[in-house]
Amino acid sequence: MSRKPEPLAGRAISKTIKYIVCIFLAILSIMPFWIMFMNATRSTYEIQATSIALLPSTYLESNWKVFHGKSFNPLVGFKNSVIIAVFTTIVNIYFNSLTAYALVAYQWKLRQPFFSFIMAILMLPAQVSSIGFYQFMYRIGWTNSFLPLILPAIAGPGVVFFMRQYLLGALSIDIVNSARIDGAGEFYTFNRIVLPIMKPAMATQAIFTFVGSWNNLFMPLILLTDNKNYTMPIMVSLLRGDIYRREYGAIYLGLSLTVLPLFIVYFALSKYIIAGVALGSIKE
Amino acid sequence: MGGKKIKSVSYAKYGYIFSLPFVLAFLIFTAYPVLYTAVIGFTDLKGLGKTDFKFLENPFQNFIQILKTPSFQKSLGNTVLIWTVNFLPQILLALLLTAWFTNQRQKIRGQGAFKVLFYMPNIITAATIAILFSTLFGYPMGPMNDLFKLLGLSQEPINFLNNKTTARMVVSFIQFWMWYGQTMIVLIAGVLGINPELFEAAEIDGATSRQVFFYITLPSLRTIMLFTLVTSLIGGMQMFDIPKLFLNGGPDNATLTVSVFIYNQAFSGSYMYNRAAAASMILFIIIVVLSAILFYVMRDKDAAKMKKEIKKMKAAQKAAAKGVQA
Repeated sequence: MSRKPEPLAGRAISKTIKYIVCIFLAILSIMPFWIMFMNATRSTYEIQATSIALLPSTYLESNWKVFHGKSFNPLVGFKNSVIIAVFTTIVNIYFNSLTAYALVAYQWKLRQPFFSFIMAILMLPAQVSSIGFYQFMYRIGWTNSFLPLILPAIAGPGVVFFMRQYLLGALSIDIVNSARIDGAGEFYTFNRIVLPIMKPAMATQAIFTFVGSWNNLFMPLILLTDNKNYTMPIMVSLLRGDIYRREYGAIYLGLSLTVLPLFIVYFALSKYIIAGVALGSIKE
Repeated sequence: MGGKKIKSVSYAKYGYIFSLPFVLAFLIFTAYPVLYTAVIGFTDLKGLGKTDFKFLENPFQNFIQILKTPSFQKSLGNTVLIWTVNFLPQILLALLLTAWFTNQRQKIRGQGAFKVLFYMPNIITAATIAILFSTLFGYPMGPMNDLFKLLGLSQEPINFLNNKTTARMVVSFIQFWMWYGQTMIVLIAGVLGINPELFEAAEIDGATSRQVFFYITLPSLRTIMLFTLVTSLIGGMQMFDIPKLFLNGGPDNATLTVSVFIYNQAFSGSYMYNRAAAASMILFIIIVVLSAILFYVMRDKDAAKMKKEIKKMKAAQKAAAKGVQA
């Protein structure tokens, strides 16, 4: 019954191969961004001489000046993206938590059918509605408004599902009942007692909603035509234009500026993000 | 005191009240636009700023036209090809890494850091990544050309992105690179959810790491892999950001995907909303059919059989009970 020990040399080799592959993949993740950040500080002349550099240079400021008076405006894009992403996250987390609470805490006739319905629309492809959505928004004069990018987030079936799973485990109905005895209204109970219980799950979902909204290109590209409303991804798409064709340093700087906030968020919260990806996957 | 009263209060209405915002937002911003898109597919709606439309005499004209359009056929082929070429290596690499990272006998150090780095590209704006890669593959000068020279692979600068196959491969690679980390984390979570007793039993029976992986881990991951496959397919069929901003569908429509085709129909040229809507509906039908096939092929046959047996038994019990009563 004893396990056959693998030969020692074989084990060492297999371990080495594993580390080499992992380190290679890690470099593959870092390298494009590293080159980007370094070239953001280098002059176009330096980049044309050698486009791969491992160390920064001193042309950050002159690259920044290239953007002056041009359509790519990272500050405006940043401001718009922050407004949209923050409000999207707030309405998304709040209203979908409320819906999840309705599914967990109350006995109502349509509860089970409603939950089945949420499961059914969970995988609905966004592409199916885009033309009708655009026409609808155009008719009511909501193009160039942030509302059509924010309000649809009130109905997020994925978030409802996640929050429901969390509440099933974390919410004890006794707490709700004792609040009722104390005379608290249902709405008050949700805001003051249930929401704090949901904090960890809300934080996880908030990160993904925020990042998803921040990175969204298709809808903003269709709806926002005025360049003072452009979001960060639309600003990035301008860097493909001819005005920047020879300004390599500026292109890299522009790209870096759109990535930087995400890098900060990611490395500050990576532990929670990885845990969130893992949690979100267990759908049963 | 109020004990009796509390019992008599019905809270059911709050279930409806608290679900109302969700339902309204869904009806207004999803259900209505989906139906509207479907309707537009049967009309003559085109031209920038137009909103009024007439139904076509032949209601299916847009659908027939779209299916006959060579660039639509090409975009459909490209989408399937680019998705397949990205997904196969993605799931294989994710499985390999999952096997390594969950192997109890040979632990890999720094797993946390590796996971963080492998997942990282997934969180970065796809629009940025598309333009970054088109710059990295620049011609005649660019980091990729420099790298080729450095490694002695080529003396002359190569115009990578002018080649249809290379352009497609790079789009597939970007998708692969952005998603394998996510798939890996999902699969690892799946393995950690497997009943540890199974692994202990295998250990006692003297199974090798390979046997454990193929006979315990892999079969237990079936549901999660199906889920990954379907979500990846639905996402992949709608691929937009990377192909749009990387080469805008070029060269010679080699990276034109269905979503980019729909965008170009509706929001450039002659603003053919009707054709774009018809194409959206065709894409929707394709996604539904493909997902249904996947669910059917990958369904757990044993579980389905068990369910049937249980139903039969229950029916038999009922019949028996009735028989006793009679």
